[in-house]
Amino acid sequence: MKIFKAFFSSTLVFATLCASNLAYAMNVDTGPAPAAPAVPPPLNWHAIIMFLVFVAITLIITYWAATQTKTASDFYAAGRGVTGLQNGMAIAGDYMSAASFLGIAALVYFNGFYGLIFSVGWLVGWPIILFLVAERLRNLGKYTYADVVSFRLQQKPIRIMAAISSLIVVIWYLIGQAVGAGQLLHTLVPQMSYRLSIVIVGVLIVLYVTLGGMKATTWVQIIKAGLLLGGASCMAFGVMMHEGFSFAKLFADAVALHPKGIKIMQSVVPIGAKANPIESISLGLTLMFGTAGLPHILMRFFTTTNSKAARKSVLYGTCFIGYFYILTFIIGFGAIILVANNPEYVVDVTKNVLTLKGGGSMPAIYLSHAIGGNFFLGFIAAVAFATILAVVSGLTLAGASALSHDIYASVIMKGKADEQKEVWVSKMSVIGLGALAVLLGIAFEKQNVAYIVALTFSIAACTNFPILVLSVFWKGLTTRGAVLGGYTGIFGSIGLLIIGPTVWTKVLSMGPAIFPYDFPTFVVLPLVLIVSYVASVTDNSESANKERAAFAAQMIRAETGLGAEAAASH
Amino acid sequence: MSLLIASNIQNNPKYLELVHRRNALGWTLSAIVCVLYFGFTLMIAYTPDILTQPIASDSVIPLGMLIGLGVILASCATTGVYVYLANKTFDPIIEEIVREASK
Repeated sequence: MKIFKAFFSSTLVFATLCASNLAYAMNVDTGPAPAAPAVPPPLNWHAIIMFLVFVAITLIITYWAATQTKTASDFYAAGRGVTGLQNGMAIAGDYMSAASFLGIAALVYFNGFYGLIFSVGWLVGWPIILFLVAERLRNLGKYTYADVVSFRLQQKPIRIMAAISSLIVVIWYLIGQAVGAGQLLHTLVPQMSYRLSIVIVGVLIVLYVTLGGMKATTWVQIIKAGLLLGGASCMAFGVMMHEGFSFAKLFADAVALHPKGIKIMQSVVPIGAKANPIESISLGLTLMFGTAGLPHILMRFFTTTNSKAARKSVLYGTCFIGYFYILTFIIGFGAIILVANNPEYVVDVTKNVLTLKGGGSMPAIYLSHAIGGNFFLGFIAAVAFATILAVVSGLTLAGASALSHDIYASVIMKGKADEQKEVWVSKMSVIGLGALAVLLGIAFEKQNVAYIVALTFSIAACTNFPILVLSVFWKGLTTRGAVLGGYTGIFGSIGLLIIGPTVWTKVLSMGPAIFPYDFPTFVVLPLVLIVSYVASVTDNSESANKERAAFAAQMIRAETGLGAEAAASH
Repeated sequence: MSLLIASNIQNNPKYLELVHRRNALGWTLSAIVCVLYFGFTLMIAYTPDILTQPIASDSVIPLGMLIGLGVILASCATTGVYVYLANKTFDPIIEEIVREASK
């Protein structure tokens, strides 16, 4: 504990130094910062103070969590003591990213109705998680979803495949979050550089996760979910108050004020884009099944006390997330009314009434200013930052557990690793992943990262989700089927994304795309199922027969929870 | 879990009933959500005109907005139905199976 205390006091000193430096920078920097939005200077104070309060509270919680974290089960799964409601909040905190908050509001702001398609798609994976996997995951697994897939299959090949797909998803998701964090913080507090912003995020999440493990991560996510739901509720309330609590007036005013007019209610693709039925279907598949295959989301189910709590937590989580997406929709339309056309936020109202200072993700942020002034803007900015921290913590822990639990403990040490050593490897992995996220975040600053959502959700939808469902429900799945199917999902998604329009044409500038769709799921997902099926049924090896025979016992545990990992008793 | 307990459970009619009922509920509700969601998705893909027509002649609100909202609410409602039924019917059966198996 002594080391932790020393570590803590030094970080607090570091944080204070950072803050005072910033304060100093702001006092001297009275002139307009280059390329920075002309947001009123006092805003920074509100944002920074509220952000520091959030950091202080979360560090205190991390300190408490560190004193409670003794075993591997504490570190990876919060001692399996998380209740249904707590896990529901944490699920919401883990899942509602700044990208979905700022991103959906921005999609609605620019395209109107089209944004709702994403809200719906990002929610419908949750019922599927509940109906098919949540309880069985809790009953079968220990720390990672690979525990479940490898329950009756061969450890080594399955763990390696699952760890590769988890790490690809986690690392790319991290890059997206890091770039978003850097841009957001730099825009909100221009005195803080893009790089410094990312480094602060990296340092904080390494502290949360290495010291407090899943307990700290869970509470950071719970607090953030509360702040985000509260903040978004206030914004939506402010919008509706402005519109006399009439949805008819809200939408009519938005149509009247938006430069595209009634088109914002009539386009099911981004306004101006050509309709593409196959792409719409593939997007739908990717959003739904991608959600159900994200490793940091699946990991949350191992933290609950039992499968009943896991089950309830999805209900709470789904309701929180659904409510939140309805709010973001109102917020997006509110921004059309209160932010667009406003010279305070728009670069040049004579040219384009939508283009905002600070970039395309700003509608929700400026709306908070239009509703509640600098104080509320500061609050929402701090919430957006807290959101990034909570999501990144969950991701980092999921990535670290793939490295330590799947690769180190199960593959290298063949299941005979010392528990404390495994946790140590995990903490080192957290530091490594944190550093990697910072470096890649900086490297990708000027890159076009628009394909990241497609990449992570495609791999999750085409690999993790189908293999998990097959392993739980289909007796016939063998190691060969799972491994070949899994790699088909990983390489199929990546390959088709590379030769698809976003990467091939826009990022690499190689001309017209070879594969004309942004989302490859509609091809890869069926392919994975076929490959897994054929490779399994043609597998007549002795080990394959044993694996099929072991299904009955796996199913008893999955259904009844007999033999499932118990909650820690301390 | 010993093999003996496993074979006891496997032949316990209550276990078979549990598996049957939970699978039936889980897959039925999954199918409902998929039909609603992919119905919405297929309308986006092939009949966007239906989605974009206003709900009333004096309104700008498109029908698709209500359908999308309906899918969100249906997702929450179906999870509620599952949790309610699982708490009420599955948990008591599971408790019985576990009790009988560990006798």
